[in-house]
Amino acid sequence: MTDTKSQILGFVRDRYPQAEITESQDIFALGFVNSLFAMELVMFVEKTFGVTIPNEELRIDNFRTANSMSELVSRLLAEPAVA
Amino acid sequence: MTLIGVIGAGVMGVGVAQNLAQTGHDVVLVDKDERILADALATIARNTRMSRLMGGPALDPDEVLARISTAVGAAGAAKADLVIENVTENWDVKREVYETLDRECGPDTVFVVNTSAIPITKVGAVTKRPDKVIGVHFMNPVPAKPAVELIPGFHTSPETVQRTRDLLTAMGKKAVDVKDSCGFISNRVLMLTVNEAAYLVHEGVADAESVDEVFRSCFGHPMGPLETADLIGVDTILYSVEVLYEHYADSKYRPCPLLKQMTDAGLHGRKSGRGFYTYAQ
Repeated sequence: MTDTKSQILGFVRDRYPQAEITESQDIFALGFVNSLFAMELVMFVEKTFGVTIPNEELRIDNFRTANSMSELVSRLLAEPAVA
Repeated sequence: MTLIGVIGAGVMGVGVAQNLAQTGHDVVLVDKDERILADALATIARNTRMSRLMGGPALDPDEVLARISTAVGAAGAAKADLVIENVTENWDVKREVYETLDRECGPDTVFVVNTSAIPITKVGAVTKRPDKVIGVHFMNPVPAKPAVELIPGFHTSPETVQRTRDLLTAMGKKAVDVKDSCGFISNRVLMLTVNEAAYLVHEGVADAESVDEVFRSCFGHPMGPLETADLIGVDTILYSVEVLYEHYADSKYRPCPLLKQMTDAGLHGRKSGRGFYTYAQ
């Protein structure tokens, strides 16, 4: 597992220790994660990986799983910043 | 051009200002110091950016912020056609704000009291325009909630009710009519539920997770009462329970000591990073 992915998974697992969350699991489908947590995820990802997620990427699909979040981070780190 | 004054840049005022601005209204957002206002604008920028992620419309933060100006002190709303007041649920604080607004605003300005518990008729009596004072209980987070409680006071005129209804419609809100009574529908029931849930934790009967789990998994509520308390603000919950207790002089509203201790300790919920749960800042 990549470092990015394990950090993201660690953050989610810390918050919801009662669920055994895997990297491909849709956390919003678990039933007890509400959309406010999506906002915390955005803040965590931006702060931890030093990226700014562009508005068009702020879609729930990018935050459903640790896999999709780490793909988003890789994509953002690979691309040159656009003004 | 209509200008809406929003008094108080806390959790509710920020939500009301954002909701107004994103539905095309010009807003002057008022609080007692510059730092609170700067934080409020930053919060609105962040929340509008996150709007689509939270299930709302896609919004341009620059466009929303361009409709919001700020001012220090209630007199900053002097030019507003309608004022929505969202200061803390503390009678002395509210009374002072209404005395200032009544002095500074034009005679036709409508005052909307955004309260979860304080009687509207009592607020109207502080002003020389009780016919233009009306209650609207907005729910949190304001831009995401489809309905409000609409509460005319004893002297509120039909014109004031209509002006307020029109604004609510323009904000995308459905108004549920309620007569003026402390706590209205929502808080007579919700505050007692939260207070009793806090007693369960206080007495060690169950932890916060278990209390909320029963509400989510057994009753199908999207959130349990203690998560809701963290969202509203534990300090605000305490104030609301105290207002009910004082108003009805009924011991069934006695506030749980745990709510008092958490409020004193700064465990105010999401907005302070910790309440019944801990949040990433």
